[in-house]
Amino acid sequence: MVLFRRSETIIATILVLAMIAIGLVNPAFWQLDNMFSLLRSNVVIGIMALGVLMVMLSGGFDVSFPAFAVASMYLTVKGMLYFGYVGVFLPFLVSVAIGVLCGCLNGFFVYKFRMVPLIVTLGTGSMVRGFLLGVVGTSIVNIDRFPPVLIEFAKAEVFSVVKSDGTHSGLTAMVLLYFGLALLVHLVLRHTMIGRSVYALGCGAEAANRVGFNLKKTIFFIYCSAGALAGFAGILHCSMIWLANPRDFVGMDLEVIAAVVLGGASIFGGRGSVLGTMLGVFMLVMVQNSLIIMKVDTTWQLVVVGIIIVIATVATAWRDRKRQA
Amino acid sequence: MSEVFIELRNIEKRFAGVHALDDVSLTIRQGEIHCLAGENGSGKSTVIKVMSGVYRPDSGEILIDGQPVHKLTPIESIDRGVQVIYQDFSLFGNLTVAENLALNTELREKRRFVNWRSVRALARRALDELGVDIDPNADLETLSTAGKQLVAIARALMSDARLLIMDEPTTALTGKEVETLFRIVRDIQRRGIAILFVSHKMREMLEISERITVIRNGRKVAEGPTSDFNEGSITRHMTGHDISSESYRWQPSPGAPPAPRLEIKGLSKPGAFSDLDLAIRPGEIVGLSGLLGSGRTEVALSLFGMEPGYSGTIEIDGQPVRLDSVGRAIAAGIAYVPEDRLSEGLFLSQSIDRNILATSYDAIANYLVIDRAKARAMTADMIRSLQIATPTGEKLVSELSGGNQQRVVLARWLLTNAKVMVLNGPTVGVDVGSKAAIHHIIRDLAVNQGLAVLMISDDVLELVGNCNRIVLMHRGRFVADVDTATISEEEISDQLKSFK
Repeated sequence: MVLFRRSETIIATILVLAMIAIGLVNPAFWQLDNMFSLLRSNVVIGIMALGVLMVMLSGGFDVSFPAFAVASMYLTVKGMLYFGYVGVFLPFLVSVAIGVLCGCLNGFFVYKFRMVPLIVTLGTGSMVRGFLLGVVGTSIVNIDRFPPVLIEFAKAEVFSVVKSDGTHSGLTAMVLLYFGLALLVHLVLRHTMIGRSVYALGCGAEAANRVGFNLKKTIFFIYCSAGALAGFAGILHCSMIWLANPRDFVGMDLEVIAAVVLGGASIFGGRGSVLGTMLGVFMLVMVQNSLIIMKVDTTWQLVVVGIIIVIATVATAWRDRKRQA
Repeated sequence: MSEVFIELRNIEKRFAGVHALDDVSLTIRQGEIHCLAGENGSGKSTVIKVMSGVYRPDSGEILIDGQPVHKLTPIESIDRGVQVIYQDFSLFGNLTVAENLALNTELREKRRFVNWRSVRALARRALDELGVDIDPNADLETLSTAGKQLVAIARALMSDARLLIMDEPTTALTGKEVETLFRIVRDIQRRGIAILFVSHKMREMLEISERITVIRNGRKVAEGPTSDFNEGSITRHMTGHDISSESYRWQPSPGAPPAPRLEIKGLSKPGAFSDLDLAIRPGEIVGLSGLLGSGRTEVALSLFGMEPGYSGTIEIDGQPVRLDSVGRAIAAGIAYVPEDRLSEGLFLSQSIDRNILATSYDAIANYLVIDRAKARAMTADMIRSLQIATPTGEKLVSELSGGNQQRVVLARWLLTNAKVMVLNGPTVGVDVGSKAAIHHIIRDLAVNQGLAVLMISDDVLELVGNCNRIVLMHRGRFVADVDTATISEEEISDQLKSFK
């Protein structure tokens, strides 16, 4: 019985039903290379969603992560070109560090001035994006100049198959990074006190404070982690598409937030899980993917994302109200 | 007589020059149940905050186990065994009962990782110790208020408490839940833990406590064993004067009784109430009581147009009216004072003036422009005649005490020239002094303006004191219509308790 009341079960059920339905309309959906590309599309949005989940759990709202992600990746790639650096580990580290720094900015305003996270992140996101374009540059780093070492890294595959027509398709190893990070975030949220403090804060700052949680630590932890995940997602994204565009990720905030809400996280905080978020991300990516397969115009995808946000929010709000009654 | 656990000596605390506490002394002995009584704003919560280390007194001494404590901090206070259960419980609705119970222990031990097995074990032990049957794996928000309170008590007891301070613990409980709470409080006392009950409900204080301390305006005005007090003396100490408890009886004018102001016939709504008949004459106050869920609130709401879809007829001054929206109900002359004035009756972030005028803007507007002079005159008049304690009508309603807020709600309806007033729990959360004043206002309204008043309340004493007739409701039906002149308060209470 408990299983049926959990949001994850409901989301997973809907997901399976949707997959069956899409498969009936379009049998190409179930083909291996479509599945591979579907999983591949989960990676970047999924990693960002983990960060957004943490912010949402604490009762906050984050729209700055696309800007942080793009700043981290662009600065890092520019740096690699400038110094002629060849390597993978250090660029990822730098990109994550830039994300953490940006996240600190959010944490500072949210904690110190008790400002509404939505407004703070609107401001910092805009600032970081503007700074990037104004100071660092607006030129796209194309494949001809893009560091080959990153391209090689992102080309790694878990396994691949050669199809009957001789073409090859494989599952990118980047999904392992995504799953690894998801597991890490899950463990932190579920099994550490700092993770539980995120849930406590999402229920009420005053009560969390009275019990003895250090809210300063919690808030900085949340926003720095979200920044770090954005930085990681940024550098991974450009490695996977072989170019670094300083105007990338526009409108990404909406998509990721839709995925997290779809995954059962409450926009009022305190409720949500990593598993649910991963399912939500998969559902959103799958819907977009199917629209592409069915040759629906991309502008209509925006409409679909909007509808998904509204339906998912109504469903979670209705669930929360019913529980309290 | 057992030894003293904590003692406050001559405590003084000022906020911006205002004396919140003036020379207050309070002694709590080990394992005693002590009541701290006082009206809203008398300084009760300041006393709690001094004992829990949240406020540091400007002068005076705090002694624990006979030793003076300098600079009591919240952490030290908890270490010494002082635990406060706040009115909002400070629990986490999104977490399980078990985790709510274990959080303090985990934090105190500075754990970094959560061991879920030990969390459940800790919770199980705490609940068993209290002897309550609550599923530790349930999410806290699925519990009733009483259940949440028990979890808060269990949590407080987990940290070697020696004194449990409970701030207005019975406010949101039903009669039966209060009994359970008292049983548990006595169990806790048997373990040698002292309990400080902070309240303004006289009955409960007299029933549960061994000693009582009364404060008024930041000063201690009385203290002693409970046997030295009775309701009248506590009231006198709390308010500083005698509260007249004369009851009101409506006298119909000689000759033929006037036609009913409000008459309902065969009022039914599926799932809420059925076949109700009631007539209220001008100047008459009729009481309505029943257990929660008896349908009494639904009756009130349908009179105010919030439950459209009823069948039967409602007549005002002999004219049938159809009340299927709030607008129509107001136009028909119905005023409604809701159960929860904070969320349903007032715009808390707005001024007193605007709250009073909320239903009258049509009357003071010349087309689209508000006549400010007229508005000011009207509100000033109301503030004066209802004795709302405020220097100016510009003040925010949220800054007023409960009693004054309720007067603001009444003032608003006075301006609409209502014919029928429905009061749902008119004095819930209002202290004794204000309560009497509000009753006076209601009676004056009934007499001078010929209002028909329907007063819904849990407080039988309040109904007996104000009404000629009390209608008892059970499972959606009016089951009895009693004349308060011929029946005692106890008999009504017994009858109410028999509804199960």
